[in-house]
Amino acid sequence: MKEKQPTFYEEVINEGLSRKDFLKFCTTMAAFLGLETSGVGQIVHALQTKPRLPVIWFHFQECTCCSESFIRASHPIVASIVLDKISLDYQETLMAASGFQAESAYKTVMEKYPGEYIVMVEGSIPTENEAYCCIGGRSALQILEEAAKNAKAVVAWGNCASSGCVQAAKPNPTGAKPVHKVISGKPIINVQGCPPIADVMAGVVVHLLTFDRIPQLDELGRPKAFYSRRVHDTCYRRANFDAGLFVESFDDEGAKRGYCLYKMGCKGPVTYNSCGIIKWNDGLSYPIQSGHPCIGCSEAGFWDNGPFYQHLPNTGAFGIETTADKIGLGLGVATAVGIAGHAIVTNIRKHRNISNSPTVDSETLKES
Amino acid sequence: MAERIIIDPITRIEGHLRVEIEVKDGIITDAYSAGTMVRGIETILKGRDPRDAWAFVGRVCGVCTSTHSLTSVRTVENALGITAPPNAELIRNLMANALYIHDHVVHFYVLHALDWVDVVSALKANPAEASRIAQSISPWPKSSVGYFTDIQKRFHSFVESGQLGIFANGYWGHSAYKLPPEVNLIAVAHYLEALEWQKEIVKVHTIFGGKNPHPNYLVGGVPCSINIDEANAVNAERLAIVGKLFEDAKTFVDQVYIPDLLAIASYYKSDWGAIGGGLSNYMSFGDFPVNGYNNPDSFKMPRGVILNRDLSKIHEIKADDPSQIQEFINNSWYDYSKGDGVGLHPWEGETNLNYTGPKPPYDQFDVSQKYSWVKTPRWKGLPMEVGPLSRMLVGYAAGREDIKAVIDSTLMALNVPVGALFSTLGRTAARGLETKLCCDWALEFYQQLLSNIKNGDSRTQNNVKWEPESWPKIARGIGMVEAPRGALSHFIVIEDKKIANYQLVVPTTWNASPRDPEGKRSAYEESLLGTPVADLNSPLEVLRTIHSFDPCLACAVHVYDEKGSHVHELKSY
Repeated sequence: MKEKQPTFYEEVINEGLSRKDFLKFCTTMAAFLGLETSGVGQIVHALQTKPRLPVIWFHFQECTCCSESFIRASHPIVASIVLDKISLDYQETLMAASGFQAESAYKTVMEKYPGEYIVMVEGSIPTENEAYCCIGGRSALQILEEAAKNAKAVVAWGNCASSGCVQAAKPNPTGAKPVHKVISGKPIINVQGCPPIADVMAGVVVHLLTFDRIPQLDELGRPKAFYSRRVHDTCYRRANFDAGLFVESFDDEGAKRGYCLYKMGCKGPVTYNSCGIIKWNDGLSYPIQSGHPCIGCSEAGFWDNGPFYQHLPNTGAFGIETTADKIGLGLGVATAVGIAGHAIVTNIRKHRNISNSPTVDSETLKES
Repeated sequence: MAERIIIDPITRIEGHLRVEIEVKDGIITDAYSAGTMVRGIETILKGRDPRDAWAFVGRVCGVCTSTHSLTSVRTVENALGITAPPNAELIRNLMANALYIHDHVVHFYVLHALDWVDVVSALKANPAEASRIAQSISPWPKSSVGYFTDIQKRFHSFVESGQLGIFANGYWGHSAYKLPPEVNLIAVAHYLEALEWQKEIVKVHTIFGGKNPHPNYLVGGVPCSINIDEANAVNAERLAIVGKLFEDAKTFVDQVYIPDLLAIASYYKSDWGAIGGGLSNYMSFGDFPVNGYNNPDSFKMPRGVILNRDLSKIHEIKADDPSQIQEFINNSWYDYSKGDGVGLHPWEGETNLNYTGPKPPYDQFDVSQKYSWVKTPRWKGLPMEVGPLSRMLVGYAAGREDIKAVIDSTLMALNVPVGALFSTLGRTAARGLETKLCCDWALEFYQQLLSNIKNGDSRTQNNVKWEPESWPKIARGIGMVEAPRGALSHFIVIEDKKIANYQLVVPTTWNASPRDPEGKRSAYEESLLGTPVADLNSPLEVLRTIHSFDPCLACAVHVYDEKGSHVHELKSY
């Protein structure tokens, strides 16, 4: 017998928050999800009437940065609602119970809510030897296979669960694999990044609650709402790139003026994420804004696309880049192909516009 | 006849920890601590650009996020002879202080509090009495009757829902919970406030490192530039955010964390001030340089070892001395070419995962065989406890006025002797006290940064040895950091501009390791001996002591590689 689950809205009101807070949360979420204003009504309706979603959150080969990011969700109501309002029935970092009482918490959910619960995974799954990750005497693979069987969907948090992350970097000593390589027949949402941005995590959860279906995904299984734009195209330093203004070494005159970090190895041109739009920790900053090139942490295999401080190669497709950068260093084929594919379309028009303008360098800028 | 109790998973920690205990007549007579996950990050580092290492090792842990990255840049700088500019040292200190404050507050409220606080009991509290108690111990403004009434109402409807989420199946109602319902209610309110507040202090990382978790670091300095006349750099507005974050942190720690810590300790001091002491050796690498990392004497937290709880003498640590730090694998799932009985200095460490435990699913380990992925480090052959208690004790023994002052006033407030520090509660109290110190130190570092900038020094990066062409053919280095959980060291060998070997000896490796060839237990196992367990099905007492160390298992488990050969350059540390 199922117990009556209070709705999101009831929880909010019980918490002593106002309906105004609730509507504000819905509006924010609608904006994050890329909905028109009319979509706000949909979210309001869904959260007022839908029961809480049972969630089992596993940790496998991971560093807990995804859990840490999750609790950074920046709107108070998000931290409050998403933490306990989704009925987070198993989460090793936060849960009170240990040992067999902890195990029984997720087994109860599996028995009580078959086909209704969501499995969230933080970390990769070792396949070289299952004993490389065990919980309660059972391997990560055994636990995940059993739990995923009757799950409604699986959310793969972060680069580990989406593409294996650091432990899958060459030579991948433990045979670390992402969720989609070991589980089939279930919808899997890859929420990329190391870690994913807190508000992106919250946004994915709200999408599931609101629309009762998984968000639209790109060819790599990432929600389009958050991973359809290159960091490069949404970067506030993009104008410097287009104008040929580059940081040549860390903390140089260009760095002190916030020029483009492309020459310092920025992977923004081959990285799809919301860093330039939503930004990190309450929209405060993101790596490039704080002076470090993007290392591409939301892309599969980014650890092997480095070194981080070697800039992306010229491929001929880079109209602007070719003139801006005289050095030109060779990199792996996979990266080069990736750049060519992404770069041609978006750069071609700008190239036409800018190619007739004189290049401005840092010296002339200083004089002006 | 002793009974074997297995607790797996140990929750409210980082990573995967299993504890097996033997209990006879309600007292723990033996204990085994096992790490049950391995990733092999050191193997992955081999052959990569040393300037990239901070990012890889940063991913060892997302809870003590940034601490491995800091250690890594210090390690590479030590190998290559790079000195970071003063502003970079200050910014690194500010980031490390922010980490301590965040990590310790989250540990106390989110990971550890539920061992002392009975959430369900809070439902029986009288909000008016809770308000009176709260106002008697702190000027924190959120302490009205209405406030506690609302919190209680919120929890009441939560429990009514029948879905307890993260609070399901806790040891609620256990006889070892001693707080009155009103103090439980205050703690529950502050649990929620801490959860809300913690996302603020990490913004120090976002300003200087672009994001949190996993902010960016840089060999030679820090990635952010300072330019007070530029919108795209660290300017007055960005600095003002940092100043406010630390001011607010100090308020929260002084008015919420410390009063709660003292209130809870006052109910548990009579027994838990004498339980869980464990080892009697304490080690601290020291940290928070005032005059640069190369001057350890200037550190806010001093370096050294205390043996046999003798606070009158501090022993010197030399991390590059092969006879001082050694690691053993006699009880860990690895092979050494010279056999399982030897200990190796990290520079001579060897690889080889060799799992010989039971095939999963399994019920119980054969603890006469290897039983963990954690290796066993020793200092001069002795097990060491590392962490906040070790740091505070070394500081106390070194006669540091600021450290002595917070310890003495706490002992006086609780009316307990110095000996009470050597306990589970002592460990938990030391963590709170150093958080208080970190707030003060951070504000000092912040003022120093402002004054440097005012005096015209805005440098944040030393590029002299940035290009690999400027490096020697072979170099090796050590980086030492006090991570929130204790003494952390990285070892690197660079050959032909690439990483030939990279190794980590991590706080939780010291504390959580299995026993050494002489059968000596490490800190977790030793500290559980003699602990009473009232209910074998609900071993709350075990969680109290294990959580008092703030375990971080992802950090503890590593794979070591063969050492690089023909090393010519040696540095002192």
